[in-house]
Amino acid sequence: MSAKAAASGICLAGVTHRYRKHVALDDVSLDLPAGQLIGFIGPDGVGKSTLLGLITGAKKLQTGTIEVLGGSIDDPRHRRHICSAIAFMPQGLGRNLYAELSVRENLEFFSRLFGQSQEECDIRIGALLSATGLAPFSNRPMGKLSGGMKQKLGLCCALIHDPKLLVLDEPTTGVDPLSRRQFWALIDAIRRISTGLTVLVSTAYMEEAESFDRIVAMDAGRVLFQGGPEELKGNAKDLETAYRQLRSQKELQSAPDELRRSQIDQKPVIVARGLTRRFGDFVAVDHVDFSINRGEIFGFLGSNGCGKSTTMKMLTGLLPASSGEALMFGRPVDARDLKMRRDIGYMSQAFSLYGELTVRQNLDLHARIFAVGDRETRIRELMQRFGLDTHADMLAAALPLGIKQRLSLAVAVIHRPRVLILDEPTSGVDPEARDSFWALLVELSRRDGVTIFVSTHFMGEAERCDRVSFMHAGRVLTEGTPDQLIDAEDADNLEGAFIAVLERADPQTPVIAPEISVDTANADLGSGIGRALAYARRETIEVLRDHVRLAFAFLGSAILMLVFCYGITLDIEELNFSVLDLSKGPESRAYISEIAGSRYFKPTSPLTDPSEGRNRLVAGDVSLVVELPPDFGRKLHSGELTEVLATVDGAIPFKGETVEGYVAGLHQTFLDVLARNSGVRQIEVAQIEPRFRYNQSFESIAAMAPAMPAILLIMLPAVLTAVSVARERELGSVVNFYVTPTTRLEFLVGKQIPYIGIGFANFLLLAGMTVFLFGVPLKGDPVPLAIGALLYVWATTSYGLLIATMTSSQVAATFATAIASVVPTIQFSGLLQPVSTLETGAQVIGSLWPSSYFLHLSVGAFTKGLGWEALTPDILALACFGPVFTVAAVLSLRAQEK
Amino acid sequence: MQRLYCIFWLGLKEMISLRRDWVMMALLVWSFTLAPIMEATGVATTVNNASIAFADEDNSPLSRSLAAAFFPPEFQPVVQIEPGTGAAQMDAGRFLFVVAVPPGFEKDVRAGRAPEVQVLIDATAMQQAGIGANYITSILGSEIRRFAIGADLLEPPPVDIILRSAFNPNRDSVRFAGIVALIGQIMWLTTILTGAAMIREREHGTIEHLLAMPLAPFDIAAAKIWANAAVVLIAAALSLIFVMQGSLGISITGSKMLFLFGTALFLFTATALGVFLATLARSMAQFALLVMLTILPMLMLSGGETPIEGQPEWLQVGTLLLPSRHYMTASQAIIFKGAGFETIWPELLWMALLGFALLATSLLLFRRSVAQ
Repeated sequence: MSAKAAASGICLAGVTHRYRKHVALDDVSLDLPAGQLIGFIGPDGVGKSTLLGLITGAKKLQTGTIEVLGGSIDDPRHRRHICSAIAFMPQGLGRNLYAELSVRENLEFFSRLFGQSQEECDIRIGALLSATGLAPFSNRPMGKLSGGMKQKLGLCCALIHDPKLLVLDEPTTGVDPLSRRQFWALIDAIRRISTGLTVLVSTAYMEEAESFDRIVAMDAGRVLFQGGPEELKGNAKDLETAYRQLRSQKELQSAPDELRRSQIDQKPVIVARGLTRRFGDFVAVDHVDFSINRGEIFGFLGSNGCGKSTTMKMLTGLLPASSGEALMFGRPVDARDLKMRRDIGYMSQAFSLYGELTVRQNLDLHARIFAVGDRETRIRELMQRFGLDTHADMLAAALPLGIKQRLSLAVAVIHRPRVLILDEPTSGVDPEARDSFWALLVELSRRDGVTIFVSTHFMGEAERCDRVSFMHAGRVLTEGTPDQLIDAEDADNLEGAFIAVLERADPQTPVIAPEISVDTANADLGSGIGRALAYARRETIEVLRDHVRLAFAFLGSAILMLVFCYGITLDIEELNFSVLDLSKGPESRAYISEIAGSRYFKPTSPLTDPSEGRNRLVAGDVSLVVELPPDFGRKLHSGELTEVLATVDGAIPFKGETVEGYVAGLHQTFLDVLARNSGVRQIEVAQIEPRFRYNQSFESIAAMAPAMPAILLIMLPAVLTAVSVARERELGSVVNFYVTPTTRLEFLVGKQIPYIGIGFANFLLLAGMTVFLFGVPLKGDPVPLAIGALLYVWATTSYGLLIATMTSSQVAATFATAIASVVPTIQFSGLLQPVSTLETGAQVIGSLWPSSYFLHLSVGAFTKGLGWEALTPDILALACFGPVFTVAAVLSLRAQEK
Repeated sequence: MQRLYCIFWLGLKEMISLRRDWVMMALLVWSFTLAPIMEATGVATTVNNASIAFADEDNSPLSRSLAAAFFPPEFQPVVQIEPGTGAAQMDAGRFLFVVAVPPGFEKDVRAGRAPEVQVLIDATAMQQAGIGANYITSILGSEIRRFAIGADLLEPPPVDIILRSAFNPNRDSVRFAGIVALIGQIMWLTTILTGAAMIREREHGTIEHLLAMPLAPFDIAAAKIWANAAVVLIAAALSLIFVMQGSLGISITGSKMLFLFGTALFLFTATALGVFLATLARSMAQFALLVMLTILPMLMLSGGETPIEGQPEWLQVGTLLLPSRHYMTASQAIIFKGAGFETIWPELLWMALLGFALLATSLLLFRRSVAQ
């Protein structure tokens, strides 16, 4: 460690990072001083997030060196040592938080990860909540918070352990201007009381960067500039201009929409009157009124979740209004009116085209759906006009964001609509791409007379609209041309006007720096058991609140148990049979009644010729056809040998063989009776005495019910565990494991504990069903059975963990786990085919699979009535699988993102 | 007309999307190649390679001829064990069957004392125990009778029975298991593919995009149904020819076209089920869990794994409402027994009626879920 690095806090040298072929960071070297607020600016995709991820250790360093807080972040020991001094809030509002957990539960979880005592935890949470004004919402689930509140909660979770380095990745994207202003005030307040705190923050809003101590401007994985904001600004009028000059070395083109409309067509095209939408008792849109004229660009300005999208969906007919009305071209909007949709172009918030289709395929598909007459020429024209020519055969998913937005717009206008409804079309797009996008909008409006209704949270864009309306918490606060609004509030710019209006409508609690008075002298990180339990506790709350997973966990096994046990009974009786009796004598009737009188068969209408027998077998009407020859009675009398032909439906081999067994037995009985009646000297030379062991009456339920848990207790717990791990990775909250002191073992075991509990509860449920519902008594000792079951679910949940570490999505995890647990269990564990009848190779595999032992144990304890002595080998074997699978899962789990 | 055109093109889009979804493609390939092969060859449903032991206290020519009457592939070579250890060896799971021949057995037979041979059967072995017991009893019985007739102790029986196993003379269980596995995979895959396509559309936000276009919810669902049904139908046909006939060497007695026609009818049901489950589930993971809970019972109760006659009476009536049962019955009749349309039309009619009823319901539900 160099002295320089120690002083500067963070020092990067030659850092390059690749995702497959794409270079995200290209030989970046930086020296960042401690104790400052340092901003990383640049549009999406320039490498900001990658850089921050590397600095916090969330991502694995590929090439170069990064020194953080006096040591290399690549050194696992140092990383573990300092990770309690780093706090990381990843991009995306609330991405590292848990939607089902309440505000307080989220904070408690983070507190426990850092080994804080309950007392300390309460003090800290109290201080943070009251400082940020979140205290009144402490019991609200995170998923139901507004954008601004999510972001505050994210910050609280980051600050719970007094970090020395706070890393915030785009914390203000998608948050309304007022919340943004509050956020920065909070950061300022925190920095004043905790001296020495280094804050790294990335942002796409250039204007925010004005107040930073230091700016790192990035483009295409390289650092363009680092220094103070004034230095960057130079002579330019603002940072955005300065950044563009830096990037393209050329002056900003004059905005093409300077030509204001000379005359506004006063004919309203879109009208909303008292438009309201409720979701349950939540009012998303509350009596909204507006009227948009032909050819106008009408802007909707407001934060995430204020009802912009809901309003737009009601206008397109995607959502019915709860009350009020929406008119389009003077007619009420009706979801079933397919014709009206031909006049509307809609572009939803997120990129919503088919990423797996190419640019041309996307355009072509939409042109066909809208039945565009001159399809080929229209597509060619649009590709040229929107600059998509060079990307025509690229997959839409692989396009840069700016091009994607242009493609979305091209698709939205392909059918020459008269109205365009655009929901935050430029979110996350860099300034230049936004400019060119707006140039297209203006052209559509001015040249083609298209009415455009657009929502945004960029003030710069709102200024370019003909009229703007401010929306907040479902209501339209005010409306007018940008100049009118600025004048009315006596503000410097539109943002000032918006904040003034917003503050009046919804006065927010002022934020202060949290005063935390706890003894933080104990620097130890708390025990690993504590952290594992923190994960376990959180997982339990989440499962309890997810009804589908909960139902699957408990109802699933019960339903499948019922189905298996009722469905797989192998006791077949009352099978249909038919006779072709060509003899028609008392002897043949005696033979037939021997069959018909048994409980296995019941007669159906007799046959008249041999071909009919075959047809009835084919049709499945009968399972057995018996043919008695014409001379049956005569030969029997005269002692000549005669033959009976029994044809059995062998299509289902198991059924066929069972039927053959029945028939052979009945035939023998007939012969015995015959012999006895005719006084033959000896009927029987020996007796063959079959003894069904363990299950004297040989009911299949007694064999089936105890065996079923072997498959149910591997499939369900393994799948649930695997999904829980894959889910964390898919939703992004796994980053909390990357950047906190949690080890791989603690993370996995913590996630596993609730599922061991669920698995064992399932075992009790299934055992209860076996005894009370199916009436199979537990003949053996329940204690070894219960111990074995516990060990078995430990093993199967560990197996779920192992599979989850090797898959990337929840879907892949579910199917892979289901297949990888069910197949070996059915094939090798002796469930359907006893182990002793398997081939040697299969027997070896079976001996390496936990289900074999549990099956033997469960059947042994229930049906065979075995006790401790006989079951101990199974218990010992089962005890080995849990640890082995867990260790394998730990080894294959990555402790950092790639 | 324009609507049909839209449905057609949206369906083509489905196929392109599916081709790029590697999880589903992997599942598709696995389901129609390795999975049915493993299922067909892995587990025998009849007596196969059964473990049998003799505790022979007589050691006479007769008792030795009894032990020699058991051959592979039904039975493993007979193992001679110490008399009296049979029960313990069975507890340990080493043998399914133990035959105990008492001392002086042959002498007693000759003396007409009708001695007793005991056959111990592990009744916890579900399928093998019952059939195995029949097998062993009849093998032992005919062996002893042959001996007795030869020694002039017994008169030959006046009536012989000729047992014929129709449709499957060699008692080949691979054929049966292979076809049942294929049918099972068709059910799984169709439901999963259709439902996943619905959910993918919703998770990517493209469903709103579609609904803002001149398309009714019915068109969207119809496009997914035909596209995924077509994919599965083609995969099933290929699997039937290359995996079933080619790799497993299964003979198909009836018309392949008729089987595929029945499959096409069944696909309405399976795709409708996919649409239905997709409207219930909020995420892909939830959907995957739901699929397992619905398809597994449908398969188990369809009469493929175990005979319908084995179900309790009330359940037999209930499973008449399962389209999977009719599909299974029809398929088995066509493939194993060579049944023609004139024989299986009632099953096809059932399938069509149930399929369309389910489809109508799920389309209705889908429309309602979209409206929210």
